[in-house]
Amino acid sequence: MKLIGRKLLSVILVAFSGQLLAAGSGFPLDKAPVDLTDQESLQRGAEGFANYCLSCHAAEYMRYNRIGMDTGMSDVEVSEKLISTRDAKGEKTKVGELMKVAMTEDYSKEAFGTKIPGLTVIARAKGADWLYTYLRTFYMDDSRPTGMNNMVFPDVGMPHVLWEMQGLQKANFSVETGADGNEKKIFEGMEIVQAGTMSAEEYDAFVGDLVNFMVYMAEPVQLERKSLGTKVIVFLLIFAVIAYLLKKEYWKDVH
Amino acid sequence: MFKSLMSWVDDRFPATKMWNEHLAEYYAPKNFNFWYFFGSLALLVLVIQIVSGIFLTMHYKPDGAMAFASVEYIMRDVPYGWLIRYIHSTGATAFFVVVYLHMFRGLMYGSFKKPRELVWLFGMFIYLVLMAEAFMGYLLPWGQMSYWGAQVIISLFGALPIIGDPLTLWIRGDYVVSDATLNRFFALHVIALPLVLIGLVVAHIIALHEVGSNNPEGVEIKKNKDENGIPLDGIPFHPYYSVKDIVGVVVFLIFFSIVVFFMPEGGGYLLEHANFIPSDPLKTPEHIAPVWYFTPFYAILRAVPDKLLGVIAMGAAIVVLFLLPWIDQCKVKSIRYRGTSFKVLLVAFVISFFVLGWLGMMPATPTLTLLAQIFSVVYFGFFIALYFTSKNEKTKPVPERITK
Repeated sequence: MKLIGRKLLSVILVAFSGQLLAAGSGFPLDKAPVDLTDQESLQRGAEGFANYCLSCHAAEYMRYNRIGMDTGMSDVEVSEKLISTRDAKGEKTKVGELMKVAMTEDYSKEAFGTKIPGLTVIARAKGADWLYTYLRTFYMDDSRPTGMNNMVFPDVGMPHVLWEMQGLQKANFSVETGADGNEKKIFEGMEIVQAGTMSAEEYDAFVGDLVNFMVYMAEPVQLERKSLGTKVIVFLLIFAVIAYLLKKEYWKDVH
Repeated sequence: MFKSLMSWVDDRFPATKMWNEHLAEYYAPKNFNFWYFFGSLALLVLVIQIVSGIFLTMHYKPDGAMAFASVEYIMRDVPYGWLIRYIHSTGATAFFVVVYLHMFRGLMYGSFKKPRELVWLFGMFIYLVLMAEAFMGYLLPWGQMSYWGAQVIISLFGALPIIGDPLTLWIRGDYVVSDATLNRFFALHVIALPLVLIGLVVAHIIALHEVGSNNPEGVEIKKNKDENGIPLDGIPFHPYYSVKDIVGVVVFLIFFSIVVFFMPEGGGYLLEHANFIPSDPLKTPEHIAPVWYFTPFYAILRAVPDKLLGVIAMGAAIVVLFLLPWIDQCKVKSIRYRGTSFKVLLVAFVISFFVLGWLGMMPATPTLTLLAQIFSVVYFGFFIALYFTSKNEKTKPVPERITK
């Protein structure tokens, strides 16, 4: 019976360890280079985020100075590198403020046809690999209002904000006739049509830093959580031995 | 000093009497095994949920415009708020894991049988209230899955004839899930249901201590007492089982901590990915599935093509559990001395519960729906077959005393 109990527990744990992310388009996702201990990468990612994302997308649950505290930037650096908005009084937004966005909801609805989503916890909703692939697979498509489409988020409303760095790329498809007689478009690969300011490797690294930062921002406490967890479990393991010995001592006289 | 203080108290309040009745002189069978940890663990999880819940309530805002942000505020700006929140979200799952194992123990060793029918019934009511509690708590983070999960589940009541629509309106307080719904679910989640839950737990334990605990042998220890009226095969709950349960508690806390600290999202099963997107009444998520502890019943619901009949089948799947003491008519309690038919049926039942639980998480395809139908039949078949076979089951002789 004891054995069955243990087996049951392990089955339950295994069942919970799987990933359950909505795949969406089914496009194969590339592995994002996430390393939250790499503070320089996080700083670069934060700067990229502030420069390219934060003008439209808010990160409304995150405070500027939290990034500084966690990635080793001083308040002055945070203010210089990350903040470009002004508060109601016309003064530069303080480092203790939430990362709100200047764009109003009405404007974004008019310009993009939808409310622009906040990005604070987007990495927990979509997953790092999804973001990493999404930001690297914009391709030219004349049928779209922005002139761009995306492999993992078909018909996305967002323009390719990072095109100057990546350059413009074309997606090559081959057409095959499936067993059911319908024609299927098969993705063959990307082809750079107009070079950007970065090489492909540089751009991948740039997006990697950006995604690394977004993973951090979605749950700033991740590293602390794991290190505290290790201590808690070590304590519990020691306590378990003591508790077991106590039980054994008491139960000596039960036959 | 302590003695005189206790006698002063005892003259005015039965403190020592209660201590003795429920702990120091409550005689429990000496052969409790692994499966007997889960009752006290359920009590532990209840306390964990209440304490962590109180602290969450201090920072959470039950307001449609602020709820989602207040959860992230707890995760970021409240010192150790993330820990309290993860303890509470993991606690919900832990509660159901522990309660399901506790119920399975009862099923296996016949703990619901005479004279423990009321223990079982109180327990079933606890389970029912727990489901309501978990469902309402799940709305509070106000993410997409919170919102749409509630929308789907509440709409099920709409399938009932005549009263359906007014009933759903009454539950929501609005025509769709809205701020009004969030507010009332918050009230029910933090005060009404916990009060009922605690009352039922007290009743469950009082009823248990009145009749005494069953055990893996299914032997009534009260049949063999010594000259002082103490069961020969019993040992006082305190200190024997209190020290033993500490071991269980610590081992449980190790597993609990692994989830809280290293996998709080539980791979998207405990905190669903879509729930990190704020609720949006205009955008339905691609795939709506209830949290894992409801999925067996959700699978039964979807297995029936007609909505009303599906709702009835789902309700029946829970109601039938209440009737177990009268469905299972075998006089022998423990699986150790019961016939092969019971063992086969129980295995089939457990398999159907797991398979239905898995199917409830999956999108409904024709093949999976067929599977859900087959295993729904197995689920109900367990109770029907048990009713007809248990009376004349080929059992083994049950020993007089506990020997192993």
